[in-house]
Amino acid sequence: GNWARLAAQQSLTQDQLLQFDTFGNVSLIHVTDIHAQLKPIYFREPEVNIGVGPNKGEVPHVTGADFRRLYGIDDGSPSHYALTYNDFSSLAKTYGRVGGMDRVATVINAIRADRPDALLLDGGDTWHGSMTCYKTAGQDMVNVMNALKPDAMTFHWEFTLGSERVQEIVEGLPFAALGQNIFDAEWDEPAELFKPYKFFERGGVKIAVIGQAFPYMPIANPGWMFPEYSFGIRDEHMQEMVDEVRAQGAELVVCLSHNGFDVDKKMAGIVKGIDVILTGHTHDALPEPVLVGDTILIASGSNGKFVSRVDLDVRDGRMMGFRHKLIPIFSDVIAPDAEITKLIDEQRAPFKAELEEVIGQTDDLLYRRGNFNGSWDDLICDALMTEREADIAMSPGVRWGPSLIPGDPITREDIWNVTSMSYGEAYRTEMTGEFIKVVLEDVADNIFNPDPYYQQGGDMVRIGGMGYRIDITKPQGERISDMTLLKTGEPIDPAKNYVVAGWASVNEGTEGPQIWDVVENHIRKMGTVTVAPNTSVEVVGV
Amino acid sequence: MAEGVKPRVKVPRKAGAGEAVTIKTLISHPMESGQRKDSDGNVIPRSIINRFTCEFNGESVIDVTMEPAISTNPYFEFEATVPEAGEFKFTWYDDDGSVYEESKAIEIG
Amino acid sequence: GGAAALVAMLPKGAFAATTEEWIAEFTGGAEMADSGIDLTAPEIAENGNTVPIEVSAEGASEILVLATGNPTPGVAKFAFGPLAASQYASTRIRLAGTQDVVAIAKLGDGSFAKATKTVKVTIGGCGG
Ligand SMILES: [Mn+2]
Ligand SMILES: [Mn+2]
Repeated sequence: GNWARLAAQQSLTQDQLLQFDTFGNVSLIHVTDIHAQLKPIYFREPEVNIGVGPNKGEVPHVTGADFRRLYGIDDGSPSHYALTYNDFSSLAKTYGRVGGMDRVATVINAIRADRPDALLLDGGDTWHGSMTCYKTAGQDMVNVMNALKPDAMTFHWEFTLGSERVQEIVEGLPFAALGQNIFDAEWDEPAELFKPYKFFERGGVKIAVIGQAFPYMPIANPGWMFPEYSFGIRDEHMQEMVDEVRAQGAELVVCLSHNGFDVDKKMAGIVKGIDVILTGHTHDALPEPVLVGDTILIASGSNGKFVSRVDLDVRDGRMMGFRHKLIPIFSDVIAPDAEITKLIDEQRAPFKAELEEVIGQTDDLLYRRGNFNGSWDDLICDALMTEREADIAMSPGVRWGPSLIPGDPITREDIWNVTSMSYGEAYRTEMTGEFIKVVLEDVADNIFNPDPYYQQGGDMVRIGGMGYRIDITKPQGERISDMTLLKTGEPIDPAKNYVVAGWASVNEGTEGPQIWDVVENHIRKMGTVTVAPNTSVEVVGV
Repeated sequence: MAEGVKPRVKVPRKAGAGEAVTIKTLISHPMESGQRKDSDGNVIPRSIINRFTCEFNGESVIDVTMEPAISTNPYFEFEATVPEAGEFKFTWYDDDGSVYEESKAIEIG
Repeated sequence: GGAAALVAMLPKGAFAATTEEWIAEFTGGAEMADSGIDLTAPEIAENGNTVPIEVSAEGASEILVLATGNPTPGVAKFAFGPLAASQYASTRIRLAGTQDVVAIAKLGDGSFAKATKTVKVTIGGCGG
């Protein structure tokens, strides 16, 4: 509100946020994982983000006060609010909402004022995550992003629009759709629709941007929606592409990646010759680049909350130096770009009444990010158990979805922002205790396998109605123990059947009401939402 | 006999004499493993392609013995030497006795 | 007799029930070197029903591929003819779950080499 705007403006100015001493001869602008958030939102960063194997204790697996200490961030400062989770609700009242693509537009325009030929690169997860995006099959985001004039993009959730729709959009894109690891599944050849790389001539420098789409698409998302394609990390092919562009005279090689941070970090150690990896997928926001050999990794957050600017000095075919800034998009401080505001409003207009209808109110902070249950997830699990009459609920460990602060109304749009997807059916089924354990073990290994190439970059499946203990240091099959049915306090019986409700199944033909309707019905009945702290998961081995 | 079995192969039209070429083959076939059960709980009998061969002008390039663990619509990729102009002959042998054949000519140039 | 005729018609897998038996039959019990053969397979299978694998062993006459965690481990045996430009082949295989895939080459000098790769077959879901 106005009070927040005043408070934010007292401690911050747009000029401060945009301040940058232009450097070298090339500028890169990176946005990623916007998840269709056109308007300003709140977004709380994770409290629990565990690193395993070589990444234990390494960024981005540092949170809260440790993160602030590492980067010299003062308590209560704007950076504290933007980059860490502590005191989130009270700092949200001071500093207000973040993001909004009209504010992002202002920042991009300001960078282009300094450096007219700056490259704007979109790391993907753009055409997914809101009601308007769902109802227009991604068209709202395509329209707004096209107006920002990106130079290239790579992909993940976009494919959940189905390959036919993806093809329709990509064929009309006024910029490069890249993915060196997007292959035709039938003949195992690079897919024709997506190019591996594109050359740009900027500041007298020949730049190659190589795309890297999310490697585990058909595993993390429903493969039946895009059966024509095969993905994978394909780091050997990445090396071939780097060698190919270098042979063609590339002086700067940029990888626009949706691998996830730890996978990119491992890849940077294997593939030689990449100067900059613009990372995405794992939604990490880092105020400084991470160096792996001669490669710098840039992590630009999610949900429209940050824009990264990277200025590079490229001389004699070599990157001689860089200057970087992770720019937080404080929506009350950065003036919206009027043209983009108008465009956003046009996209939303047909759905305005539906979006804005107030369903309930929250007395507690609703957030999602973190390796284990967030309060939004607990609310969704409660909705599943109540509305679908289940013993146990399962909710996917996705990293998108804005936060709401105590006292906020919950609109239909807010519910869609944390649930919208093209396979949102809320199933109800029976699973044996043994199978539930298999599911937990399987997902846990996708997060806590010490080799990043075996990680998929999501978080642990959120469980309602059941407690468990997890030792992250153990191998798959031995991490999960002490599974307990909360309503009886009894141990889960491997042989017994339990009624499980969940959503976002990757299996074709899953039936049930859409999850946003299930959650809306539940919140409507509650009126005012409160979420008790979740103490049912005991994590050891951290 | 498996229905609608259709072989497809990718071979370059031309090669230099003695040059190596990459060959890709696909054949539509359910490759019923003999390990699945139908809705009544009866085992669906095994019915697979059990052998694939590629010859060039009558001389062997590759001869593959296939087990039920080969996926539906078997795919193979391999490399052949082309000593002279001639014809690649591809043959798939089905459990049911059917033999499926495909051939591709290649020029030297 | 009748029984022998029937057995002769059964696929080879029916004899060699275990991975060890398959290997013993292929190598005759010979030692296997751990270099001289490359096996490429994804860390995580996109679909356990169709997992791409590549085998390559310079100078090999034959390469045997086994899926050690399947109900029957046999996958394929590649025999390279005189017109094979390389002793390389790629195919797609079924894996019943997370397991080791093994490839063994019979090399030109009659010796054997073995490579192993763990492929994870996951239920899937979730994501960032
Ligand atoms: Mn994302
Ligand atoms: Mn993603």
